[in-house]
Amino acid sequence: MLTSNVATIALGICLAGTAWRISRWFRSDIGSESDGLSTGRRLAAYGRALPRILAHPRFWPRTRIFLWEIVLQGHLLQQNRLRWAMHMAMCYGVLLLVLLHALDDWTAPVFFADYYPTLNPFRWLRNFFAFLVLAGVLGTAIRHRTHTRFKRIRSNADRLILLLLAVIIVSGILLESSQILSVSVFEEMVEDYMGDDDPDEVAALRHYWATEMGAALPVRADERMDDGAAGQMAHEAYCASCHSRPQTAFLSYPISRLLKPVAGMMDALRIDNWLWTLHYLASCLALACLPFSKFFHLLATPVNLLARAAGPVSDGPRTLRAARRALGLDACTHCGVCTEHCSVAPFFQVIPNPSILPSEKLLGVKRLAATRAPDVEMALLAEGSFTCTLCGRCTRWCPSGIDLQDLWQASRRDLIQQGFPPFYEQDAATASSVPRASASTLPGHPPLSLGLTDRPETFWACVQCTTCTSVCPVVAASDDPRRDLDLTPQQIMNLMRLQLKEKAFGCRMLWDCVTCYQCQEHCPQNVKVADVLYELRNEACRRAMLSPQAIAAESS
Amino acid sequence: MAPNTYLYFPGCKITPFLPQYDTATRAVLSALDVRLDHTELNCCGYPMRHQNLAASVLAAARNLAIADREGMPLLTPCQCCYGQLKQAAYWLGENAALRDFVNGQLKAEGLLWHRDIPVRHLLSVLAEDIGLAAIRARVSRPLKGLQVAAHYGCHALRPGHVVQLDNPLAPTIFENLITAIGATAVEWPLRLECCGNPIWEKNPTLSLKLMARKREDAHAAGAQVLATACTYCQLQFDTVRDAHPTETESLPARLYSQLLGLALGLPHDSLGLAGSEAV
Repeated sequence: MLTSNVATIALGICLAGTAWRISRWFRSDIGSESDGLSTGRRLAAYGRALPRILAHPRFWPRTRIFLWEIVLQGHLLQQNRLRWAMHMAMCYGVLLLVLLHALDDWTAPVFFADYYPTLNPFRWLRNFFAFLVLAGVLGTAIRHRTHTRFKRIRSNADRLILLLLAVIIVSGILLESSQILSVSVFEEMVEDYMGDDDPDEVAALRHYWATEMGAALPVRADERMDDGAAGQMAHEAYCASCHSRPQTAFLSYPISRLLKPVAGMMDALRIDNWLWTLHYLASCLALACLPFSKFFHLLATPVNLLARAAGPVSDGPRTLRAARRALGLDACTHCGVCTEHCSVAPFFQVIPNPSILPSEKLLGVKRLAATRAPDVEMALLAEGSFTCTLCGRCTRWCPSGIDLQDLWQASRRDLIQQGFPPFYEQDAATASSVPRASASTLPGHPPLSLGLTDRPETFWACVQCTTCTSVCPVVAASDDPRRDLDLTPQQIMNLMRLQLKEKAFGCRMLWDCVTCYQCQEHCPQNVKVADVLYELRNEACRRAMLSPQAIAAESS
Repeated sequence: MAPNTYLYFPGCKITPFLPQYDTATRAVLSALDVRLDHTELNCCGYPMRHQNLAASVLAAARNLAIADREGMPLLTPCQCCYGQLKQAAYWLGENAALRDFVNGQLKAEGLLWHRDIPVRHLLSVLAEDIGLAAIRARVSRPLKGLQVAAHYGCHALRPGHVVQLDNPLAPTIFENLITAIGATAVEWPLRLECCGNPIWEKNPTLSLKLMARKREDAHAAGAQVLATACTYCQLQFDTVRDAHPTETESLPARLYSQLLGLALGLPHDSLGLAGSEAV
């Protein structure tokens, strides 16, 4: 009674959650194009677009996408066969277990005339599907542990999902093992189906089940049958229509042999009932979690792959873009392929901000779409977001077909709008007014710089000849360098010569430098003018990430 | 491995924003019997240099170490990538703490940076590795009479002792390559100046001003086309310019790979040129 209520509640949560997640596709604002458009208008835009999509000449090629990308997961196959095999095993193992086992009351009569879970081939199939899921879960867990870049990004949520799947499968296998062994289950079945028949026949059946069907029934010497024929007859009369030999359960049966020595104790505790409850509740939990976890990609990823067939998001109508972006965010399985191929991933080894890695940046963009995060989180997201070079490799590799390139560009606009521009737009003078995060330097490492600006000998040779200033194209482009740039290159070098580094940080010359190296090339005294300007910018960026207290501590 | 095989390093921006540079470069190199090998490399580190030297050097060093593992010189058509890879190698050679840190990080992947990993810019490969004479011999449709302004680009040229492309104060490599394909290299005073792209996002007004000065200078010198050999410079003189047209002149910008391809008689579409874009 309780359990059926639990299942109903779980199903209710699942359906309501799914509806809520889908509704978010039409409520999120990602990128500025859909600002101010109501959910109703967005839905209407989709309603209007749908007939066009269905009648579109590219619709039928989509059947191919459906078969290749969704049914066969061909994208993954092309990338990595082992991972494809693991994912297919998990995906289809779970799907078939849900269809043919969890929902057998509804599905079995449709497909099979005389279904019974303890008959073959169902018994064997159930074990086979469980084997597929377990192999997939185990393989994925091993990959999470050993893959170098993945080590940095595996999350607790991913681990919990794998754990939940493992609990469901393992409890199911143990449940079947304990049922094979259980004397109590045998007695109950005899009671129910044979009634108080001839005790000799029951004894023969007991013997048959002990020797042939794996039950942990004690067989006494005086019960030993001549050839087991009576037992077999009783079995065929009462049991065989629902019970195949359990040896075909190639996972549960060997485990039941291992457990046979403790079968008596297990039966006394009715472990089978406990395992059933665990198996059932864990399955209900998974059902309820479906829309709130990465399980949701079971729905969102196929939908996204079909939507992607229409082309890049930014080529589509403006009214549909925000919804397609939100769908893309939901289609992410956090598989880490983008991060594996990310061009700027090596920066993460020096700047330990996870938002540099696309798989983690996406989580931040997801939060950004849902609600305004605390300032520090936003600043970290901005740092990661503006580190990206938009090379587009993540988009080409994403097995879920997410238009990541478009997501990064759209979320950059959102970040700027919310007051988190790239660093270079806040020169050192204004940096203090913008909240920054403190993830800039690798913990435990001293800031690695060339130390040019702190060594007086860098500037010893400078004679203030103004060559650097006179060859500077930025100075040349200004009618009034003092007004436009605050200081000229040669004036900055003079400040450095006089150990007045602090005065150089705020000047606009530093941030308008085009890094053309004319100054350095032409310097008759070989002062590394451009390298010094680079180092000052590095220093300003680093300080912007530190608290005022930390800066004070450093300079003292 | 054939001696004229290079590990191709297109950099981040070419694929999404300037695919014609990739197409044209591959087409001309293939026509000149140069083989390009491909493996997954990462950002050269140039965009990170403002923010964090160690991170930018690590990224560059990883690419160099991969090239070393593959046993090929790196070839990049981008001058900013080239400059960054050379600068990183220079600073790694100069600074032991930086070197130890970088090699410590690379070790986890079984990689190692050392001093003798060759990096070549496309212009050097064409002018020196293949040679001007060999190019002249292969030109089937010389671009006779075409007045070309060679835009050098900063990061492959300076600091000269670090990047070692040519004489940083009086380079000739680009003009030589232009005359090799039958065109005329115009003399223009601002040929070694910045295109303005490095500050395009930070200060667009200044960036456009720097570009306009150069374009007007090339135009005044009689140039019919501006030639570039850098992803960022071409993006500036082409994409940025198209979004901000000026009334004074409409000097088109072409990648040197495209001009060379035309002179070699390669079809337009293999050079990423529309029919109307012939020079």
